Amino acid sequence: MTLKSTLLAAVAVATISVMAARAERGADGHLNLLYWQAPSILNPFLSGGIKDTEASSMILEPLARHDENGQLVPWLVREIPTVENGGVSADMTTITWRITPGLKWSDGTKFTADDVVFTAKYCMSPEGGCQQESKFFDVKTVDALDDLTVKVTFEKPKPYPYGPFVGHDSPILQKEQFKNCVGAAAPNCTAENFAPRGTGPFRVTDFKANDVLTLEANPFYRDPGKPGFATVTLKGGGDAAGAARAVLQTGEFDYAWNLQIDPSLLAEMAKGGKGEVITAFGAAVERMQVNLTNPDPALGPDRSTLKGGAHPFLTDPIVTKSLSMAIDRTVLAEVGYGAAGKPTCNVLPAPALYRSAANDDCLIQDIPKANQMLDDAGWLRGSDGIRSKDGVRLSILFQTSTNAVRQDTQALVKSWWTKLGIEVELKNVAPAVYFGGSQSSPDTYQKHYADIGMFTNTFTGSDPETYMKNWTCAQIPAPENNWLGFNIPRFCNADYDALADKMSQTAVLEDRAALAIAMNDMLVQNGALIPLVHRGDVSARAKNLTGVRMNSWDSELWNIADWGRAQ
Amino acid sequence: MFNYTLRRLIFAVPVLVLISFVIFVLIDFAPNDPTGNLPLTIPAEVREKIRLGLGLDEPTHIRYLLWCKQFFINEPLNVFEQLTGWSVGDPDRLRLRSWSTHSPVVDLIAERLPQTLWVVGLSYILGICIAIPIGVMSAYRQFGWFDQIGTFIAMVGFSVPTFFTGVLMVVVFSVQLDWLPSIYDTTHEITGWSSFAFQIKQMIMPVCVLALYNAAQISRYMRASMVDNLSQDYVRTARAKGVGERRVVMVHVLRNALIPVVTVIAMGVPQVFGGAIITEQVFRVNGLGQLLISGIQSADIPLVQTLTFLFAVLIVLFNLIADLLYGLLDPRIRYA
Repeated sequence: MTLKSTLLAAVAVATISVMAARAERGADGHLNLLYWQAPSILNPFLSGGIKDTEASSMILEPLARHDENGQLVPWLVREIPTVENGGVSADMTTITWRITPGLKWSDGTKFTADDVVFTAKYCMSPEGGCQQESKFFDVKTVDALDDLTVKVTFEKPKPYPYGPFVGHDSPILQKEQFKNCVGAAAPNCTAENFAPRGTGPFRVTDFKANDVLTLEANPFYRDPGKPGFATVTLKGGGDAAGAARAVLQTGEFDYAWNLQIDPSLLAEMAKGGKGEVITAFGAAVERMQVNLTNPDPALGPDRSTLKGGAHPFLTDPIVTKSLSMAIDRTVLAEVGYGAAGKPTCNVLPAPALYRSAANDDCLIQDIPKANQMLDDAGWLRGSDGIRSKDGVRLSILFQTSTNAVRQDTQALVKSWWTKLGIEVELKNVAPAVYFGGSQSSPDTYQKHYADIGMFTNTFTGSDPETYMKNWTCAQIPAPENNWLGFNIPRFCNADYDALADKMSQTAVLEDRAALAIAMNDMLVQNGALIPLVHRGDVSARAKNLTGVRMNSWDSELWNIADWGRAQ
Repeated sequence: MFNYTLRRLIFAVPVLVLISFVIFVLIDFAPNDPTGNLPLTIPAEVREKIRLGLGLDEPTHIRYLLWCKQFFINEPLNVFEQLTGWSVGDPDRLRLRSWSTHSPVVDLIAERLPQTLWVVGLSYILGICIAIPIGVMSAYRQFGWFDQIGTFIAMVGFSVPTFFTGVLMVVVFSVQLDWLPSIYDTTHEITGWSSFAFQIKQMIMPVCVLALYNAAQISRYMRASMVDNLSQDYVRTARAKGVGERRVVMVHVLRNALIPVVTVIAMGVPQVFGGAIITEQVFRVNGLGQLLISGIQSADIPLVQTLTFLFAVLIVLFNLIADLLYGLLDPRIRYA
């Protein structure tokens, strides 16, 4: 043995013994979490609400999940199946997961492939009202090959087969506990839905819906040294500002989630010294949805539909380009989001592999140039200072949901666009109505009875295939499809549809990224969407809380087993 | 009296049925949607299935009748079974379930009732205890310095909203002085003196905020009623007969002056059960008020419908109690 290897071995032994000294389950005592939106239920299949899926992620676990960089990591399995390692079949219609041996449920029974098969059956049962059903789209069968092997067969080739059982919103339920809760019986199993048994680091001791959840360390958790905390309280209720205060100023709580409040107020609270503000970025983008169809009320039922015809001026790329150019995105990000916002010119700003560099010139505001472009295109100012061409006045109705940050953004944008000689009318709609999708309401984001709409959207997991499909012709909301679909700008382009189609048949990651970038550029450059701010998540943690790796691609509590308290 | 009570109770039934229908229609017509709060990443066809699963495809009158069946027949039967242990009919009868928690609404309400009664109820009692002496003193020395201060405090308590006083107290007593917890722990159990002390500590701020508000209202009624009575002939008669001043005020005047105040207090009791929506939010007491507001935000129609209807029942009931108390306290008033 050489000196070097001896030294290395000595260092390794020393490290292990240090870790062993620290690593003892429950050694760090009690953890206080504050989710100002309280969880309503702990079965993520019956509630897709983020507050609910986050709370249950301490108890239930998926086979694989995303780390804070958006990378897939094996969680209850030995490795991520790929075509190279044979886990995904060459025709891309099956994926085979190999479960880590020795896993146990929190009641001490064995975790087997049967539980995974059961979970698929539970969510795919037609009467169960499973809110994560989209994770199981195109799944034909799920079979247990043996106790530790699960094979998922899709109805058609799936180049990205990591939908079912991946991510905190698609975890595994215990068959033994939920076997009588399938289908129409699912919502009636209150005891099960309020205290599911899981493989995660914690198990439920008490749950008061919409109020408080208390947990204790799972004695059968696979790592004997984890979790670091013995008990956890997740308290809900109140508002985001009060939650920030409880971590940053009074120090009553260790971690507070979703602190989307005035950034200057948050910075002021952080001076309290008890905690710090943390952020993480996923793919969420606050964007304007340009209406490419005519929202004129005179069109009656054909308003804002392809049938009603093109928009009088927003289909002119010069107009949308100058609208975008007149916006100072840096100011919008600073005023509205602080550390949790970055200016962006892309609909798809992350993961890094998918980010386009072709549109970055929009980051610099240039009102004179925008004015020049409109002049050159023949949009001339009238006696009232508003531009028009061939009798069409540039008058915009700009609509979004009621939210302090969004109303600030609206006011700023209005001031910039007014400088271009464009008339702007602002409107805001209560969030429950705007996002509610009620057929009877004229104010939903899907009906888009306005010239410009604004909201944030993103996708779950780290693969944008389904997300980019949102802007294909088939996804345009219209009365015929009950206004369903996410193609809010009513963008319809055969080339775009062809790219989307190609992406659903391409398996190589780099090729998929190239396609997604091309689609992103097409949307932005054709003026269908005007991206504004790449939005991150904001939370706060106590100074002495260790191990937090805030994650926007999965639950923020994804690695709570590793959390601890600095001495 | 008995006939009167019975008549009033019978008359209350159609009123309540009408109220329940109006509430249902109002909530139903509101352009809210139970899937409105879900992340946009959940696709539209899944949302549609969720709506179907909640029975939203049925016409309004069918859903109203279903609610009536669940609320007036199924839930009372369940309570009856739990109390007596007997089983009546089908044990799997449809329970009234919240759309967001999928658990029975009645259980949610039962879970919330203790903290609401503790905090809001205690603040109401405390408010009364503060208000009555202030009202008496203020009226007896009308326009004196005590009356001026009392009027000022009542005005402040009445006009400054609880979300301001609440947050102000949190900033002073939790952030600056670090004396009191800013967040109410609903899981706290009293097992001994130290845990009892903690319960008192965590209740001080919310109870004080609400007590100030309640006291402000009631003290004004008390003062006005005392002022009215102090100038009555019977007071002069009592003084002329040589009755001590203390006895005149504390026995004769106070008793008469309390009559209208008692009815005001009785009619305010339903508010206690309604919780204090804002104060509960500020201190995270998570009682009935917070349950109602979270139900409204998530368009949880069964929960909101049931809660608002229960409040309506309480209001009707306590109006009746107030009327009956009036008759008991004032022998001149007789109901026939």
